[in-house]
Amino acid sequence: MTRRESQRQPELGRGVKAVYGLYPDGASAQQAVNRLRAAGVVDADIAIQSAQPMEDFEFGQRDKATWMWWLACGGGLVGMMSALGLAWLTEVSWPINVGGLPIFAWWPNLIITFELTMLGAIFTTVVTLVITARLGRRSTIYDPAVSDGKILVGVTNPPDSAIGDLEKALTAPPGAELKKI
Amino acid sequence: MTHPSHSRINSDLLRPILQTSWKFYALVTVLGGIVVAALIAWLSQMYFGFGISGITWPVYWGFYVTSFVFWIGISHAGTLISAILRLVNAGWRRPVTRCAEVITVFALMIGAMFPIVHLGRPWLAFWLFPYPSERLIWPNFRSPLVWDFFAINTYLTGSLLFLFLPMLPDFAVVRDKSTGLRHRIYSVLALGWRGTPKQWHRLESGMAIMAVAIVPVAVSVHTIVSFDFSMAPVPMWQSTIFGPYFVAGAIFSGIAGLLLAMAVLRRVLHLEAYLHPVHFENLGKLLLVMALLWGYFVFNERLVTYYGNEPSEMAVFWRTQRESFAPLYWTMVIGNFVLPLVIMGVRRFRTITGCVIASIGVVVGMWLERFLIIVPALGHKYLPYSYGVYRPQLVEIIIAAATFAAMALLYVLFTKLVPIISIWELKAGEHPSPDLMPPGNEEHRLGELHL
Repeated sequence: MTRRESQRQPELGRGVKAVYGLYPDGASAQQAVNRLRAAGVVDADIAIQSAQPMEDFEFGQRDKATWMWWLACGGGLVGMMSALGLAWLTEVSWPINVGGLPIFAWWPNLIITFELTMLGAIFTTVVTLVITARLGRRSTIYDPAVSDGKILVGVTNPPDSAIGDLEKALTAPPGAELKKI
Repeated sequence: MTHPSHSRINSDLLRPILQTSWKFYALVTVLGGIVVAALIAWLSQMYFGFGISGITWPVYWGFYVTSFVFWIGISHAGTLISAILRLVNAGWRRPVTRCAEVITVFALMIGAMFPIVHLGRPWLAFWLFPYPSERLIWPNFRSPLVWDFFAINTYLTGSLLFLFLPMLPDFAVVRDKSTGLRHRIYSVLALGWRGTPKQWHRLESGMAIMAVAIVPVAVSVHTIVSFDFSMAPVPMWQSTIFGPYFVAGAIFSGIAGLLLAMAVLRRVLHLEAYLHPVHFENLGKLLLVMALLWGYFVFNERLVTYYGNEPSEMAVFWRTQRESFAPLYWTMVIGNFVLPLVIMGVRRFRTITGCVIASIGVVVGMWLERFLIIVPALGHKYLPYSYGVYRPQLVEIIIAAATFAAMALLYVLFTKLVPIISIWELKAGEHPSPDLMPPGNEEHRLGELHL
């Protein structure tokens, strides 16, 4: 095996055994998902990976519900409170007369408040994305063929007794390419 | 017009990353040389003092502040346009967004550099940073310069993240298509991206939230830059129209910058299959709208000043209309209004070449606009003791000119490291959601901007 080939081998979480199929399009991937469900596999155990969002298909709608918008609002609120606190604390601690404005003047402080509110929302969104999308973790099966447009549907850690049924379910859709690790 | 397959999208867009020709090195050397020349000019300014520049009483803001405002304006090309197009789900945005977002980040970096270049002793730049000290700088949140600090940094941070997040799936593609050190680097950059439905949903939700947040931030940034002027008692600066006037100008110059970048990328990287004439035509229409809006603001500004007939303001008014600055003023009007109106207003001129010509006019015109806001007014304030002339010197000209080379250099280096067109968004365009995009002709697939 060449170095290049070895690097293009499917990556795998340590000690994970998996069986999966690679499909040329969303329709056959959907069939595979349906057949896995029919074989008794619950949605949480079905791994799906694709090179683009597959929102045209039912399996692409999984895990859509999110609290990200609310968390972003919360982050914005924290940013806003920080800005107001910072402005109030520093202006009161080091008072300067600027053109007769009050020491704590609302109008000019609104600008800083607005910027930090947005910054808080943006940071919270990124942190939420990293955590909830489980970025930076090596925990599931993966195949570089996904980058070429294949759609991966599989099951990790299947019980030995179920492997036959899973293979049958995964190979049934047209264009399926079965792989086992 | 054909739509490339997934494997062709991968190979076309990864080619600039995986293959390097001598032209790349030649270009980097030339552009790097110009940037080094600017660094030498800046070092000489530090060594010999600010006296070698043309900045002196009463015009303390010359080429440097002009470049600062200009580049902050150009930065509105990207994140703002990209965010708006994302929010309205414009299908034709897909090949354009990353080209635009990159401009924002680099233009902001270049623009934000000028307050430092503008310092006589830049090694003491930390005095500008907001921290509590006996000099009482930090607590003054009522200074527009402190507003600038917060606004520009918020916009830069947001734009960087807005650029970086949708690059994760593309980093994963490069990771899968590369070997050796490059594979390891992109594995780290991809943050373990796998493309699960959950990851796609979170990414899209994240981008939607950031788009909502970044649009008002972008508007605020140039409004606040305009406050640097409109909060000061200088003739023709204290105007309530400056906020929207600056924002419109920024978006205007940003679109022009984006059109130029797209035309160069299309030609140099052979992206004809991705950057279609319809993209240029749509952005050309936006350029036309912004040219009209710019003309409207200038008309307002000029008419109100003329009608008010305040002597100090009229002095500045006539300096630009028919005295020493008139050649620059009318060049600006031709570049910003006449040229885009004539070229973009006629459908058959709204070609790639037409867009490039109009955009060059707008870029030149907008740089002149910034210059003409700053210099004529500062050189002719309320009392005769504050009248003066500004003559830019070689050091300023070199540094201002080199910013364009710096922008090009950063762009070239970026295209070497990251696919300049978002691969996954392009592929996603091939799977249109039936609810959002009914089957139709090619024009439908790319979306049509009806004006």
